[in-house]
Amino acid sequence: MSALVVKQPGLLSLLQDSGRFGAHGVGLTCGGPLDPWAFRVANRLCGNSDGATALEVGFGGLVLESEGDGVIAVTGAELDLKINGQRASQWRSHRIAVGDRIELGYARTGTRAYLAIAGGFDVAPRFGSTATVVREGVGGLNGGPLKPGDRLPFTVPHSVELWQLPQALRPRYGDAATLRVVLGYQQAAFSREQQLRFFQGEYRVTDRSDRMGFRLEGPAIASSLDGILSEGICHGAIQVPADGQPIVLMNDRQTIGGYPKLGSVIALDTARLAQLAPGAIVRFEAISQEQAHNLNALAAARWQRLTLDPV
Amino acid sequence: MRVEIAGESALILYFGEQATPAVSARVQQVAQALRERLGETLVDLVPSYASLLVIYDPLKTDHFAVRAAIHGLPAAGETVASGEGRLVTLPVYYAEEAGPDLAALAQRAELSIDEVVRLHQQTEYRVYAIGFAPGFAYLGEVDPRIAAPRLATPRQRVPRGAVAIADRQTAVYPAVSPGGWNLIGLCPQRMFDPDAQPSMPVAVGDRVRFEAIDRERFLALGGELGEVV
Repeated sequence: MSALVVKQPGLLSLLQDSGRFGAHGVGLTCGGPLDPWAFRVANRLCGNSDGATALEVGFGGLVLESEGDGVIAVTGAELDLKINGQRASQWRSHRIAVGDRIELGYARTGTRAYLAIAGGFDVAPRFGSTATVVREGVGGLNGGPLKPGDRLPFTVPHSVELWQLPQALRPRYGDAATLRVVLGYQQAAFSREQQLRFFQGEYRVTDRSDRMGFRLEGPAIASSLDGILSEGICHGAIQVPADGQPIVLMNDRQTIGGYPKLGSVIALDTARLAQLAPGAIVRFEAISQEQAHNLNALAAARWQRLTLDPV
Repeated sequence: MRVEIAGESALILYFGEQATPAVSARVQQVAQALRERLGETLVDLVPSYASLLVIYDPLKTDHFAVRAAIHGLPAAGETVASGEGRLVTLPVYYAEEAGPDLAALAQRAELSIDEVVRLHQQTEYRVYAIGFAPGFAYLGEVDPRIAAPRLATPRQRVPRGAVAIADRQTAVYPAVSPGGWNLIGLCPQRMFDPDAQPSMPVAVGDRVRFEAIDRERFLALGGELGEVV
């Protein structure tokens, strides 16, 4: 079996599939790509199924060497991609051969890049998924981020065409985003004034943001509750601890917790939040659950219709 | 039962304001019934003390259909049998070298160490929730005489197998981790083993008893005296 060998692991490079579901009962969280759209595009550019195992490269700095022929694509955060020292474009697939050196520089805009390989990385799933959750020590090669010398095995597929994502569909990762929120959980414990403060306020992404949660800084909001009986936390939940600074819970969140929650950011927008660096500005906008359903249906239909251009 | 929106693809069901064995049994019952009814539209369930988070696939169903399934469930009391759970006995080496907070907890409670150990063993606990870390089971409720608040400063490192008390809850740390609970002993049984089937000896709704063992037995069962920092 061929492999990509890790020469330099980068700041936080993780093997991920679409996430681990059905294991919350033993306390295992979801994992999976923080920006699922960029992850799926990388896979599609390689002719893979949407959930094939690929790499999430947090902040860049990854260097790989190939022990086989194959096809790769890099999407997500904007960075310098080089194959054998030559600049190569993101959002399209490239052929690689034995001995090729693949370098991902540090992210300039956005924070998470995705590297997929035709056929997907061949990693044994744990609890139904290859998603790496470092805190739990589960997934990937051995539950942790990539290390120098790691071999990422893949099977070379017979023939793969090269594709690119039309220019107009490539996302621009900026330094601000409006995140749409479905109100829920303990929202009734946040008064009208507190909710107004939240939805009119500007929050800054802090450097204490990671795959577990994004801690924001801005107008403090308070609920009428000190704490609650620990309960299940869903993706995107906005937790408000005693200091009033909201935390948006992401893929590696713990499955249960005891802080009051105002509602949850929709997944389309946690993906945008995940690409924001510390210092970026976010605002919130309340939408109904029906609107969220419509947005999801629309996004799914667009995904179905998405056609790639041949290279 | 109260149904609230949790997120775009999740509803949360509340069964009461307090965690009682009856409430917990109902959580289990509803979880099982919804697993059957929702089939592949269900993504995951998170049962906890008095609530159940239901996560569904928004491309296969919507909250109207999930609510309809919830409202169509049989009322509490019609199917009680599933609430009892199994009884699991966990061995514990209670000693000051294994439980650095044992003496302080006894002193605070104005009890002897032996009495604390006896009280911890005499209760049959219920697994109310699993979370914090894979395999971390929240067990309730300890005798009020040995309840103790969390440490003012959590420890950086609690060894795997540490048996601990916080308020009226007790638990066994499944892995080395930071922790602020009062440590009273060590359990040699792995609480989470990703390679084992099942990966956990207990599930939400099960009942747990602790049984004292001596140092020799603890080591024979594969227990390790981990470092506490």
